[in-house]
Amino acid sequence: MLVIENLRICYGAIAAVRGISLKVESGRIVTLIGANGAGKSTTLRGICGLVKAVTGKIMFEENDITNLPPHKIVAAGVVMAPEGRMIFANLSTRENLEMGAYLRKDKKEINRDIDYVFTIFPKLKERINQPGGKLSGGEQQMLAIGRAILARPKLMLLDEPSLGIAPILVKTIFRKIVDINKELGTTILLVEQNAHLALSIADYAYVLETGELCLEGKAADIAGNQQVRKAYLGES
Amino acid sequence: MRRHLSKICLLVSLILCAVVSLLQGYIGAYYFQIIIYIGINTILASSLNLINGFAGQFSLGHAGFMAIGAYTSSIITATLHLQPGSPISHLIFTGALLAGGLMASLFGLLVGIPSLRLKGDYLAITTLGFGEIIRVLIQNMDFLGAARGFSGVPKLANFFWVYAIAAILIFFLYNLINSTYGKGFLAVRDDEIAAEATGISATRLKVVAFVTGAFFAGIAGGLYAHFVTYINPSQFGFLRSFEIVVMVVVGGMGSIPGVILAAILLTVLPEALRAIAQYRMVIYAMLLIIIMLVRPQGLFGAGINIKRYFKKSTEPV
Repeated sequence: MLVIENLRICYGAIAAVRGISLKVESGRIVTLIGANGAGKSTTLRGICGLVKAVTGKIMFEENDITNLPPHKIVAAGVVMAPEGRMIFANLSTRENLEMGAYLRKDKKEINRDIDYVFTIFPKLKERINQPGGKLSGGEQQMLAIGRAILARPKLMLLDEPSLGIAPILVKTIFRKIVDINKELGTTILLVEQNAHLALSIADYAYVLETGELCLEGKAADIAGNQQVRKAYLGES
Repeated sequence: MRRHLSKICLLVSLILCAVVSLLQGYIGAYYFQIIIYIGINTILASSLNLINGFAGQFSLGHAGFMAIGAYTSSIITATLHLQPGSPISHLIFTGALLAGGLMASLFGLLVGIPSLRLKGDYLAITTLGFGEIIRVLIQNMDFLGAARGFSGVPKLANFFWVYAIAAILIFFLYNLINSTYGKGFLAVRDDEIAAEATGISATRLKVVAFVTGAFFAGIAGGLYAHFVTYINPSQFGFLRSFEIVVMVVVGGMGSIPGVILAAILLTVLPEALRAIAQYRMVIYAMLLIIIMLVRPQGLFGAGINIKRYFKKSTEPV
């Protein structure tokens, strides 16, 4: 579904992503794990056009989406729930969700999708008319994921959904990510620092180190890999 | 239902405008002038509200757009020697106002493009410079009367024109901001990157805000010119831009009723304070400071604090 070849992204003189190639197959949950500053978020931002690729190619369903403007990439079916829960602080929960469906015109279906988001995240329904900025960290993360659902993506990019959220909520959110993948058939590319959690729900994993891929394989294999266990899963 | 309500409101206010317009002879000239200025300032402040309040692009060049509209429409009506009162004059006046608005929106496009790269105070300075460039250019154009000003503009604007256009603008803004498309402006203001990530083209919306805001400012300029019948570049200086910004900030950025209230208040206030002569502007300025201290989010604040426009971005790159 998504094929990245030799992607390289720089911030000024610093190369954050140094020629990585990866593949995301339709219907799967694929995770990209790695330490702080490994280039995980930059890769996601590169896929959705928020930062420009210096070299390399990003293909989505046989179409070249490299360096297209972000809204065209969204229209193609790739939507990101950004890191740090970038929700619209002055818009209500409902309006935030509606913004996710900005490119859609089917009012009825949009309302149905909003109801779906409320069934998987009932907390959001209680806050329907409150401004996004007043929501708790966990609720904002749910809202960011909900907003991404509203775009009806074929591929959803999740950037650090566990960041700064109470551990108990993190578990709920990850369960919901699996639900979204199963119930809507949405392919998911998940970027996480919490490698343990990410590997527990993913089918396939890539390990990123200082801008380069150092390991890839089935999530279960990666989770069993000695090297990874030492580096990312906190074993000695 | 709600949409119909706003349409009915528009219709009623247009009829009211027409009725009051018939009675305008009974209003004293001084009060009538203040009423017209309130209407024009409402249009100016509301149109700037679209750029500053909704789209979050801090612009300080609104008087420049106003000047372009004023001069463009005045050239058209003055060269045609329109006589107020004839039915054809209304038609041509409409055309002239539209031409002024379109010319202003063309310049809005020019200013909108740098806004794609500039934020906060940098954009404010750029737009401020734009307003001054327009003023200086006009001051040096002989066919526009240069610094002498442009006189002989027919007095075509009346109560109906000013308030009908104000009503249409408010109707337009109200419906815009309650539509998904219009909420995109608010999304861009709240978080540009998140807006892009949800499929909103921030680039496009910012330019649309500038073009539309400039269009109505140009029309307001045309109305102003055809009310005072004499215009000169100093009427469209940086102070005028500033007055409009103050109305938006005092009213509450992004609040439609707040900005209208502020336009009324800040037009009436300097007049009401005339009694105390030389202390007038001191009191005026003090009132502004007090309002900003007590309600930094504006009278009807939509929760947006002026300070956040000048906060440095903490986003990486």
